[in-house]
Amino acid sequence: MDNLQELLHGFTIAVTVPHLVLMVVGVLLGILVGVLPGLGAPNGVSLLLPLTFGMQPVSAIILLSSMYWGALFGGSVTSILFNIPGEPSSVATTFDGYPMARDGRPTTALATAFGSAAFGALVGVILITFLASWVAQVALAFGPPEYFAVYFLAFASFVGMGGAAPIKTVVALAIGFAIAAIGIDTVSGSVRLTMGVDELVKGVSFVVAVMGLFGIGELLVAVEEEFHARAVSSKIDWREVFRAVGRLPRHGVALLRSAAIGCWMGITPGGPTAASFMSYGIARRFSRRGRYFGTGEVEGIISPETADHAAGTSALLPMLSLGIPGSATAAVMMGGLMIWGLNPGPMLFVDQKDFVWGLIASMYVGNIVAVALVLLTVPVFAALMRIPFVVIAPLIVIICVVGAYSVSNSYLDVVMMLGFGIVGYLFKKLFYPLAPLVLAIVIGDKAEDAFRQSMLMSKGSLGIFFANKLVTCLIVAGIALLLLPLALQLARLWRKPASPATDTTSQEKVII
Amino acid sequence: MGRTSTFLLSAAAAVLAGATPAFSAWQPQKPIEFVATAGPGGGTDNLARAVQNIITKHKLTEQPIVVVNKGGGSGAEGYVYGKASAGDPHKVIFGTSNAWQQPLVSKVAFNYTDLTPIAAMAQDEFLLWVKQDAPYKTAGDYLKAAASGEFKMGGAQSKDTDEVLTRMIEKAGHIKLTYIPFKSGAETAVQLAGGHLDSHVNNPSESLGQWRGGTQRPLCVFSPKRLPQGAKVTATEGWSDVPTCIEQGLDIKQYEQPRTVWLPGKVTPDQAAFYVDLMKKVQATPEWKDYIEKTSQVDTFLTGAEFDKFIKEDLEHVKQVAGEQGWLVK
Repeated sequence: MDNLQELLHGFTIAVTVPHLVLMVVGVLLGILVGVLPGLGAPNGVSLLLPLTFGMQPVSAIILLSSMYWGALFGGSVTSILFNIPGEPSSVATTFDGYPMARDGRPTTALATAFGSAAFGALVGVILITFLASWVAQVALAFGPPEYFAVYFLAFASFVGMGGAAPIKTVVALAIGFAIAAIGIDTVSGSVRLTMGVDELVKGVSFVVAVMGLFGIGELLVAVEEEFHARAVSSKIDWREVFRAVGRLPRHGVALLRSAAIGCWMGITPGGPTAASFMSYGIARRFSRRGRYFGTGEVEGIISPETADHAAGTSALLPMLSLGIPGSATAAVMMGGLMIWGLNPGPMLFVDQKDFVWGLIASMYVGNIVAVALVLLTVPVFAALMRIPFVVIAPLIVIICVVGAYSVSNSYLDVVMMLGFGIVGYLFKKLFYPLAPLVLAIVIGDKAEDAFRQSMLMSKGSLGIFFANKLVTCLIVAGIALLLLPLALQLARLWRKPASPATDTTSQEKVII
Repeated sequence: MGRTSTFLLSAAAAVLAGATPAFSAWQPQKPIEFVATAGPGGGTDNLARAVQNIITKHKLTEQPIVVVNKGGGSGAEGYVYGKASAGDPHKVIFGTSNAWQQPLVSKVAFNYTDLTPIAAMAQDEFLLWVKQDAPYKTAGDYLKAAASGEFKMGGAQSKDTDEVLTRMIEKAGHIKLTYIPFKSGAETAVQLAGGHLDSHVNNPSESLGQWRGGTQRPLCVFSPKRLPQGAKVTATEGWSDVPTCIEQGLDIKQYEQPRTVWLPGKVTPDQAAFYVDLMKKVQATPEWKDYIEKTSQVDTFLTGAEFDKFIKEDLEHVKQVAGEQGWLVK
């Protein structure tokens, strides 16, 4: 119980008036950058970084990490209300969050998201507190083949999962991989698929793709259908905030499963994005109401949000103990650590106990501060839904254009964003799923790098993916997830002659 | 033509306005943009932000400074942006030797000649690292062991500084290495700690924490003489205790990576002179010394003819390696 003692010592550092003030300031700034698309946590944190140079390292990291928590929560707001995910990891939240908000229940959607996010973060911190040294060891075991296996698992848990014909999922994935390949290739160092446009050497930014696909794409569909022409008459009810949070325990299984997936993906370097997608995919398969996913299902919000925050939190551990940042924001914070004169790595836990445990304690307090603040803002954000569509639509266009431009002050990005808007619209009209496309854009090139690094190591032999227990388990689990729907269908076909009167549920499942 | 006349006009305007003493120093007229050709958190980004911080703190210029990251395409995004901003003296590009090395080996749409060199500040050294519990104690042992088995050498990016050095080691040591490119030096260090690689050639700051934490140790430094005395890194050793590679029979005298500062092309000599002077002032501050020490780099300042000479020599060298490997584009 050494860790517990250290943690208590950490609390004496974190729970002081100046640090609590820093947390509140950080969280509020974070919510702001999270809600403003195109800013996002990494940019927000790097803007704030120079201000921290004169501070104590503990105070500085508390400010920056609080901002990170705030931004994570804030990112969910735009996903749910406007279908514009601010961070890659909140894409999966849009699938059910946005339909629920459009359905007149924005308060419920937001409160559910925040509540489950806080639960996920809490599980993540508890894991860090008690398993710090073990976790560091697990992360070290991950070489390129293991990385690839984790990404493969994330893809597998999402592919062939209903919602669309499997072939359409594969098409969407393939387009996503092609987009992810644009720019400089890490393994060969050569420029790929820029089609003569010099600026494309930087690749396609996730923000640009997502703002177009979701923000603009959704808008085009809405304009055409005239469905959203009137404002959603959402009742702003404080009690609903608490009721939604109070209902969370009913989904205990989903919460625990998602937290477990999140922690696992955070420690292994899969990261929050893969975690949220995977959690959503698995929830859709195993939830009893799985076939309603995508229409505003509570568990469709709980699963990605819990996993996202559990992963985001536990991903800070590899950064501290190994110096390997789990996300873009963690990378910026790591840059900060170096400037404050600390070196992330195994010795940090020995040399800088005050810093490490002060930070871990502040994660508990900071997340509580963050969830309290965001829950207070729910009615304000929900009220945004009352604004008539004719007012909100141009605003969304402005947000998307500014957001795309601000990624790297590039006009080309704005044009591409609008192009992605058209792609998003076509995908919706033709019933192609957007999720696999986004997943492939975000982790496609990482998966490719890991695969090719593995091939370099093994001189081209696929045997490397079965070389040890860890990687074999991951690959086998991935293959099982891929084949599961197929096996279920075969089993059903085999049973069918015996009992021709199949119930409606399984018939619907076959169609899905 | 259009650009030239704009310059003449603005120069004339400046003189007429009497804002600056006649003909001497040019001064920035609007906010300055620092373009880091790397993502947030990397070495180049750290340099840009450290310089920004020093300038702001000591009020070395009246104009505010913003740092933007354009690290896409291994930095090509930032250089292409610099090329496109020709004639704009309010954009300063921070990079590495990438500026002249990358155009040799990939079809990127810039060359270093599209930019105006300002200075090379801070050299990052390279060391040969192995896992803490590896049996070899010297570079000689390493070469012997590598001769019998195929060693995996990790590094940041492909056909970049790390791989060039790897190929030089192969040649000097008469061995064959399998080079595995990763996204960054930090990632490579973790892969070595996990035992997925046999060695890498990270800069000091990229593996400092790992060395202190006892997961990996340096065998030798690719420098003509040992690194300057500093604080101890581990209980018993500091950077100055690391032998040079030549001492240990790995015949590579010098290999280092300068952090470079550029303006876009087609700026006036006055404008370039302003920034050379600015960077000199930055280097004279105690905060700069502090930055150099914390990031374990070597303080240096090359500008003008010296910088040009450095680029030419390095270019010749890389061209030779790249030519042998068949990397050259075109």
